[in-house]
Amino acid sequence: MRQEDLQRVRPGFEDPVIGSQAVFRQALQALAMPGRPLELTAAAQLPAPGHGAAALLLLALLDSDCTLWLSPSLAGSDAQAWLQFHTGCRCVRDPGQARFLWLAAGDAWPALGAMNAGSDEYPDQSATCVMEVAGLLTEAGQGWLLQGPGIDGQLQLTVNGLPPDFDQQWAGNQASFPRGVDLFLATSTQLVGLPRSTQLHRNETVEA
Amino acid sequence: MFHAFDNTAPNRSSTRSEWMALLARAPLPLLEQGLQPYRAGRQTEWLRRPETGLYMVQGRVGGTGERFNLGEVTVTRCALRHVAADSQTSAVGVAYVLGRHHRQAELAALADALLQEPAQQARLEQELLTPVRQHLEQLKARRQAQVQSTKVDFFTVAREAGGGDDEEEAA
Repeated sequence: MRQEDLQRVRPGFEDPVIGSQAVFRQALQALAMPGRPLELTAAAQLPAPGHGAAALLLLALLDSDCTLWLSPSLAGSDAQAWLQFHTGCRCVRDPGQARFLWLAAGDAWPALGAMNAGSDEYPDQSATCVMEVAGLLTEAGQGWLLQGPGIDGQLQLTVNGLPPDFDQQWAGNQASFPRGVDLFLATSTQLVGLPRSTQLHRNETVEA
Repeated sequence: MFHAFDNTAPNRSSTRSEWMALLARAPLPLLEQGLQPYRAGRQTEWLRRPETGLYMVQGRVGGTGERFNLGEVTVTRCALRHVAADSQTSAVGVAYVLGRHHRQAELAALADALLQEPAQQARLEQELLTPVRQHLEQLKARRQAQVQSTKVDFFTVAREAGGGDDEEEAA
């Protein structure tokens, strides 16, 4: 890390143990109950670019064994210096090489198919992708109907700010099960888990 | 343990790597004493609180052979941001100190941050770094004297050419 980067780094969790455990607990909860927005707040100073929930989640999850890919607006920013300083993670240039990806709102995102989906022997070695989205709504509307493990029947979720071809990408991600990428959708304070086992159907009653 | 940068000429301001190496080996009383005037009215913010961990030290036989793991050492590290009392400037101080003493790492990091302010550098150089340098030199001289007293000359064995005595003892 260069010295100029270090001068800009802000503190991480106020209490590293309590803070990262609280966030980790919420991350477990988000994957155990896909599609339910969870509040994610912790006492920490966040870097300027990037959504707060995404930054907190990665701060808690990453360590020095992890590789991270950052979308263009985050790469080289305060957010990168902050994560590298506090977690020791390694940043890579190729999204296919990364175990974690942080996709900022407004950037061009790599397709889910271009990320590391693990192998049939070790599907757990796939990438975990944190996507920044504009909004998460659970009211009935033009969103998805979610089905799968962790969901009692069906669940409604409307997500603003995903790429237009996301549904096809997700179908492709599901087709390679048990391989596949797990997603977290993050706003500034909320988090939704979308593990690869969750099926998304367009809510047909309303025009999307 | 002792490096070339302990032997800088007097009245020469040190580079950051030099003073960090000095601070890392400065004993706690000298740090407390040297930093006493700077403690009041200043704000520090932790970037990384002191934490103790292990580092694997690697060595090479004769400095040239294959690297091997010599052993683990306990290291305490911390990083803090220090905001100058009068202005908006701030500097980040970092310290890696052998052992488990959190206070020592904290003071070494504070000194590193202070030394990055040009206004403080000359005074700190005189009040903190010079005593530390002297202390380390005394320590080195004492060790050298101890080792020297046990030196044995093997007159019957031909010495290898070019083997400097000083280097062996300083290792």
